[in-house]
Amino acid sequence: MIKFLFKGIWRDSTRSKFPIIIVAIGVVFTVTITALLTGVFSDMIDMNARFSTGHVKVSTLGYSENASQNPLDMALLDVDSIIENLTEQFPGMEWVPRINFGGLMDLSDENGETRGQGTATGQAYDLLSKDSKEVDRLNLEGALREGSLPTKSGEALVSQKFAEKAKLKIGDEITFFGSTMYGSMSFQNFTVSGLISFGNPALDRSGFIIDITDARQMLDMQDGATELLGYFEDNKYDDKQANVIKSGFNKTATDSTNEFSSVMLTLKDQNDLRSLISFADNMQQIMIGVFVLAMSIVLWNVGLLGGLRRYKEFGVRLALGESKGAIFRKLLIEACLIGLIGSIVGTLLALAIVYPLQEYGFDISGLLPETAMMIPSVYRAIITPSTFYLGFIPGILAMVLGQALSGIGIYKRETSKLFKELEV
Amino acid sequence: MNTITAILVAFLGWQSQPSAETIMKKVDENMTSKNQVAESKMIIKGKRGSRTITSKSWSVGDKKAMTEYLSPAREAGTKMLKLENELYIYNPSTDRTIMLSGHMLRQSVMGSDLSYEDMMEDRKLMDIYNAKVVGEETIGDRKVYVIEMEAKVEDVAYAKRKAWIDVERFVPLKEELFAKSGQLLKKTTMSDVENIDGRWFPKTVLYKDMLKDGEGTTFSLTTVKFDQDIPEYIFTKAALKK
Repeated sequence: MIKFLFKGIWRDSTRSKFPIIIVAIGVVFTVTITALLTGVFSDMIDMNARFSTGHVKVSTLGYSENASQNPLDMALLDVDSIIENLTEQFPGMEWVPRINFGGLMDLSDENGETRGQGTATGQAYDLLSKDSKEVDRLNLEGALREGSLPTKSGEALVSQKFAEKAKLKIGDEITFFGSTMYGSMSFQNFTVSGLISFGNPALDRSGFIIDITDARQMLDMQDGATELLGYFEDNKYDDKQANVIKSGFNKTATDSTNEFSSVMLTLKDQNDLRSLISFADNMQQIMIGVFVLAMSIVLWNVGLLGGLRRYKEFGVRLALGESKGAIFRKLLIEACLIGLIGSIVGTLLALAIVYPLQEYGFDISGLLPETAMMIPSVYRAIITPSTFYLGFIPGILAMVLGQALSGIGIYKRETSKLFKELEV
Repeated sequence: MNTITAILVAFLGWQSQPSAETIMKKVDENMTSKNQVAESKMIIKGKRGSRTITSKSWSVGDKKAMTEYLSPAREAGTKMLKLENELYIYNPSTDRTIMLSGHMLRQSVMGSDLSYEDMMEDRKLMDIYNAKVVGEETIGDRKVYVIEMEAKVEDVAYAKRKAWIDVERFVPLKEELFAKSGQLLKKTTMSDVENIDGRWFPKTVLYKDMLKDGEGTTFSLTTVKFDQDIPEYIFTKAALKK
């Protein structure tokens, strides 16, 4: 029967051409948009994890409550011992100390006086330890536009944007001026070793990156850090596991009456990522739902037109004794086949679009607003196993639904009137 | 008869109360001088404990001032030079002079409740505020005039202020400092009022920044001398490195 129906579809192209095109277009949109959004959301979440939130984050309660102000006086101390405990308590996790700080970057003239100045949004990472994975995690090599990464104490990476504005060159000396964690004035000279650009306004605005040992000395916070970021071994965020770790830690470490006590947050608890992740999780269903609905309406109308065109055919088949149910079932099987063909065509076309988007992406850095959000500057799609089958769901479902709605008319035909109708 | 007496007493009382301008003029006479050399101690109570910073300062009128920090070790040798509206900070460990201006002057000095602007402001009240007397109160055992001031110039740290001025000594014992919007930004409480070289002067001021937590910063003068011979070179950028 399938072979018979295939022949019908193949030979009567007016019956199948338009629905196949509609289904293929819908599948192309569903697959491409889903792959693109999955890619963008994954990049966004990954970027936040690498730069800001970790998979889990430990800080003091006081710091956590005012994190946007980087209150250094609320930093964690005795970090080595905290890391030791965390490693023992949660084996398999990697814990990295970080310091976020703010101040002024001051450039001097030949007399040692100010010739240029800018606010510094500083980050201190473990850049110089042999075993540190921070350089790779932050893709600093990739972000380096000129010069080299710091190889010794006293060297700094400066945002390319600031360097251009301040006419700063590799090898120039800059002075950081800010406050220590105890509020004293803090001055430190650094040599610019490299200029970086992540392509993200939040990171590039006035970025200033130094090694954590330099920051600890400069900010008078020996064995201190503003945050401790924890990463899963496979580098993938697992919300369930993150929550288990969080509950285990907070149960013993957090004291709501002591602002210096430690508190752990999961990635979802930070930077409004909960809603983003939940949207990303539900996105496939949302996309499928939207396209099934839209395509069903179109295909319903296509089916109605087809039904009108095949009005005589159905009449003859009914007159020959084929039951209404049998015609309706064959109509649905035919719809499945058309949906299948349309979905295959659509998925192949979508893959042809998605693959280059995955490999090269498209750069939107010029369009990005001056936002504090961590948004990737290059939008990339991602091909996952679901990319190959996702389009078949709306493709077949919409076609069957459309055909089923339009085919209901078959049941309204009255056998007694058939011959009269067929006389025409 | 009683009514007449009451009116008479009220009239005489009104007559005996000096105008706001007179009060401010007398306050300015006490609080400002041709020049001043002082050693001071600043106790900053932070979340992680208390710090004491000592310094020596020289100032001439409201245009020039130099401060050298003496202790603790981390701050020792750091100098601040005020020239008109600019502030230069020299740090010996980096051998750098950094200029601060504009909004940076509103930042806290060494984590204290004082801003750089607070430290720089030496102008006479008469020159920057219009005032009116709004009442009389008592603080401790001292009778005070309560005056409200509104800025008559633009470049002023606090657009409005309310001061409680000692009726006899004409020194402020308490002040509330407001933004243009009316928001209370700081409170100051003056104590240890002494007569130094013929003028009444509060040697201790407790600053409380109302926008941050904490117990405030106590600024005490350990020595103060007025109208001294101060060499002009002290107020040069070259002097910062000496």
